[in-house]
Amino acid sequence: MSVLAIAKSADAATTRLAAQRRLRIRKFRDRIVETLLLLAALVAVFTTAAIVYILVSESLPFFAQVSLREFFTDTMWTPMFASAHFGIMPLVAGTLVTTFVALCLAIPCGTIIAIYLSEFAPYRLREIVKPALELLGAVPTVVYGYFALLVVTPFLQKFIPSLPGFNMLSPGLVIGIMIIPYVASVSEDAMRAVPNYMREGSYAMGATRFQTAVRVVVPGALSGIAAAYILGISRAVGETMVVAVAAGLQPNLTWNPLQSAATITSFIVQVSLGDLPHGSIGYQSIFAAGLVLMVTTLLFNIAGFFLTRRFREVY
Amino acid sequence: MSTARIVNAQLGRSVRRRKLIDQLFVLAGMAILFASLLTLALLFLKLVHDGAGRFGWDFFMNFPSRNAGRAGILSAWVGTCLVMLVTVAVAMPVGVAAAIYLEEYAPKNWLTAIIEINVTNLAGVPSIIYGLLALGLFVYKFSLGQSIVSAGLTLALLILPIVIVATREALRAVPRAIREAAYALGATHWEVTADHVLPYSTGGILTGMIIGLSRAIGETAPIITIGALAFIAFLPTPPLNGQFPYVSFTWLTDPFTVMPIQMFNWLSRPDQAFQVNAAAAGAILLCMTLLMNGVAIYVRYRFRKKINW
Repeated sequence: MSVLAIAKSADAATTRLAAQRRLRIRKFRDRIVETLLLLAALVAVFTTAAIVYILVSESLPFFAQVSLREFFTDTMWTPMFASAHFGIMPLVAGTLVTTFVALCLAIPCGTIIAIYLSEFAPYRLREIVKPALELLGAVPTVVYGYFALLVVTPFLQKFIPSLPGFNMLSPGLVIGIMIIPYVASVSEDAMRAVPNYMREGSYAMGATRFQTAVRVVVPGALSGIAAAYILGISRAVGETMVVAVAAGLQPNLTWNPLQSAATITSFIVQVSLGDLPHGSIGYQSIFAAGLVLMVTTLLFNIAGFFLTRRFREVY
Repeated sequence: MSTARIVNAQLGRSVRRRKLIDQLFVLAGMAILFASLLTLALLFLKLVHDGAGRFGWDFFMNFPSRNAGRAGILSAWVGTCLVMLVTVAVAMPVGVAAAIYLEEYAPKNWLTAIIEINVTNLAGVPSIIYGLLALGLFVYKFSLGQSIVSAGLTLALLILPIVIVATREALRAVPRAIREAAYALGATHWEVTADHVLPYSTGGILTGMIIGLSRAIGETAPIITIGALAFIAFLPTPPLNGQFPYVSFTWLTDPFTVMPIQMFNWLSRPDQAFQVNAAAAGAILLCMTLLMNGVAIYVRYRFRKKINW
């Protein structure tokens, strides 16, 4: 073997070694990156765990002082008064009334818009209108609060002169406007997913577009539409600023939307606006209220999960 | 013969009636659709009209004041910018990394299922709950106080699901062939992702990030919950300064206010003059969110047009 050949093979060996080392480094880097990415994904799990932990651990001292019986049966919520009452019902009632008013507006309007966009509207109109509709959901909620307090309430007072300046009807309606895009967009997606041959079958039987939409497409997309409604409900239940601005902040056990009342969320805002010492009963009460809010939205979501499963149509 | 004609007439009537219902529904659909879009326009015009007297240099350069005519939004918009800076710095890397893991790396196992369920659930958690989380965790447990960094972290957690979902969609849109070509040339998993998949999905990721930020910029409730003050008559420590090392991070722990809180504060005062300020601040806030959404739509449109698989 010549000297040259030996040098060459030694050269090749070092190159191979170098390449192997580089590959090892690259693979090692891959491992590290994968671990980092996993950690980032786990942030979602940590956040949920932290939410549950904080809500439970901060409201435990509250429930040590207030029995569950009082919490659910007392009809007054005055945690900051000298004669404190801790009945969550007035706040729950306020939340349910504003949510109900919102849904009365958002569900019919959102569903009709969804049916119209999915079954009737020309393609170009849909392409323009859908992003525009999403802007409606992007408006900051405090701006909607302004709208409710200074536009909708005075407008309603023209028809209902006895309506007080703070009431649940006007923020309810405004929340309804706010969640129309969510309801419309998600139900429209569900309707678009209904296969076309089902529509064609219906047209072939002589049905009009409206009949096809109502009797074929909507039943076929019912599980998705239910999911859209659930999304709307949990948005309305958790909505804070509109009610904090326009519904008044007095807890009031009433089912009448023409009166003013506080909701769970607006109570939390009201307490946070004051300067509360860490560990006081007022401080603990907002975590208890937050826990109730969380459980309420969770219940709606679980109900929605089972409803969508129940109504799911398999094509 | 005559029965046939009667049936025919009945059929014609039924068809006419059904077609009328069809047309009525189209009318109803269009009416409701345009009524809701009109609401948006009305809202914007009302804010601009009500706040018209206050737009001007002074409004942007003045601190809040007891005198409504002299009050401005200087501390509010500076606070908003700084909080958004923290939010982007946290939500962007974490959100994109989480999405890459779920879309490109995650094996099909229970851990992945748990992560996915959590991301979906977090998207539905009311924003004020994030505020309570931040109050208990960031403000008291981590002792970050009622500061810019607490607010930025809160909003980052809040928009994390939005960023993750948008990024995953963008990654999913990249065809398999691109990945396989890179693997065939000996690239490792991360090299494929970083050098080939990510560049193609930049548009979608940016869109998601902007949408997330436009949500964060208008969020009021969680920031009120962590205890931001509305009356801040000074600015945080500037992040850049003339002395070595030129960058300072003390602003992170400074007290602050943001645009939506300033607006809420003015709105909840009984004095009419302050509601003019609220309208002006609201118009500016609305402009910011609409502008950001517009940019997002434009970015999505541009990138979709440029890429031709």
